[in-house]
Amino acid sequence: MQQAGKFSSLLQILFLAMSFLVYQPLANASKEEAFNVGEMIMHHIKDAHEWHVAGEGKESISLYLPVILHDNGFKCFSSKHFYHGKESQVPSSDSTAYHYLEGVGPAKGYALYHEKIYKLDQIGTANGQPVYNLKFHGEHPHNAMPTDLSITKNVASLIFGSLLILIIMLSVARFYKRNGAVAPKGLAKFFEPIIVMVRDDIAKANIDQHKYHKYVPYLLTIFFFIWINNMLGLIPILPGGANLTGNITITLFLAVCTLLVTVLSGNKNYWGHIFWMPGIPVPMKIFMIPIELIGILTKPFALMIRLFANITAGHIIVLALISIIFINKNIAWAGLSVPMALFISVLEILVAFLQGFLFAMLSALFIGAAVEEAHH
Amino acid sequence: MTGMFGSIAAIGAGLAVLGAGLGIGRIGGSAVEGIARNPEAAGKIQTAMIIAAALIEGVALFGVVVGLLGAKA
Amino acid sequence: MDLILPDFGLLVWTGIVFCLLFFLLVKFAWKPILSAVNTREQKIAEALDLAEKTKAEMQALKAENDQILKAARAERDQILKEAKEAANSMVEEAKGKAKDEAAKLVEAARHNINSEKAAAMAELKNHIASLSLEIAEKVVRQELSADEKQKALASQLAGEIKMN
Repeated sequence: MQQAGKFSSLLQILFLAMSFLVYQPLANASKEEAFNVGEMIMHHIKDAHEWHVAGEGKESISLYLPVILHDNGFKCFSSKHFYHGKESQVPSSDSTAYHYLEGVGPAKGYALYHEKIYKLDQIGTANGQPVYNLKFHGEHPHNAMPTDLSITKNVASLIFGSLLILIIMLSVARFYKRNGAVAPKGLAKFFEPIIVMVRDDIAKANIDQHKYHKYVPYLLTIFFFIWINNMLGLIPILPGGANLTGNITITLFLAVCTLLVTVLSGNKNYWGHIFWMPGIPVPMKIFMIPIELIGILTKPFALMIRLFANITAGHIIVLALISIIFINKNIAWAGLSVPMALFISVLEILVAFLQGFLFAMLSALFIGAAVEEAHH
Repeated sequence: MTGMFGSIAAIGAGLAVLGAGLGIGRIGGSAVEGIARNPEAAGKIQTAMIIAAALIEGVALFGVVVGLLGAKA
Repeated sequence: MDLILPDFGLLVWTGIVFCLLFFLLVKFAWKPILSAVNTREQKIAEALDLAEKTKAEMQALKAENDQILKAARAERDQILKEAKEAANSMVEEAKGKAKDEAAKLVEAARHNINSEKAAAMAELKNHIASLSLEIAEKVVRQELSADEKQKALASQLAGEIKMN
């Protein structure tokens, strides 16, 4: 943990350096435009089609990620064609305007508004070139959306994180293959206690003695997936920083996995408790059926919301604390905001582990309840 | 109108945090008491404490998510 | 609002990547790692078992030794006791014999003394009788002048001797 703390403070310094790089131009620009904290934070915790490193607008340093669209066949091009495309705007109902990015080159005919890709409607031609428009209905564009299968920031982070887990675990496995069943060294020495913890404290403690073996690989996978990706999310620069495990889609997928594993391994006893709860009068039995059925869904739903909200909240708090400097437009505020952000970041390292542990633990608890044999 | 919704959402999130804080505080206090009385059971008490705290925290986070929704609506 | 709405593209990618990761990890990481850890734990458990067994064996051996030692000690004690008893009985026997012998000797001595005494008495009586006779002879010879006087005296003397 201490090492992790040192690592985190190093990260924190990097993070600060990066945040100055990112926000300094913004702080200067804010003489004309008020610094909008909410918008900045939302922008950082949401998915994007670029991986932003530093700078603002067209001068920013970013990793432009490939956009893959399914719209009468697959279309694939760099998101540069949006970010370096045409900045358009549509007047809104109140005095402000909706700004969106119109694609150029291969991205022609599509627009990027709040990181969502819309298909533009042709409204006419000028100089032999088609002219497009994004129609707004209330706050949201009215245009059709192509199926967006882009490698977004979160997808890239997902692939990177998964490769990282794969590399770590394969090298741990290689150690055992080379040396046989001996006392671990190096990477294996660090990860073995964690693997054993998942097996003993999570799987064995909550699932029947004779059945837990089957679920250990699943629990290990979700635990390391969540933990490693949480940690990557805490790194503020390029290989990390994506709010992956704080994205509802990821947590939804993981929760659905746990739901499927639970429901598919449910035995007679489990379903018996749901559809005909033993030990209570018949009218109550009937009354309990819908409650138990809803219960099947609420448990993974809580898993989904817990992970999403915890990680997103962590990102929001760190960003908000750093924003204090830019709201007050005075570097002296760093004396307050930096220690606070540092504290929260260290706490987030604990939370990163804890949320992975909890997700696996509660999954094991649900699976354990589903495979439990009757003991009346 | 949206600004007002944001403020109400913030109050709601604050209330959710208040409730969760009270709940988790009670759990933590009781767990420490339990460990002090029976130090051998520390591991089991900790696990039970973390699960209970997570369940309460989950409810609080529902509040926070609703707050976020309110802030953005 | 779209913060809490799932995104289809990301969901598809998550599904692909997670399933791929899961199968690769299960096949190439979790299986070898878990089996290695299990094997090692089994080995350690076996070694501990063996140690426990050896310890038990040692204990049994020690107990056996103790038993033998105890038996030997008991036997020694028994032998010593018997020897002491034998010695005691011998001494007692010797003492008894000696006492008997002594008693016998004393008895023999007493018997001797009595018989000697009786012999001495008899001799003394004979002697006294002969002395008395001599005295009487002398007295009779001296006082044979008067017959009556002589007769009275003789009878008186004889009476006096009898009284003694």
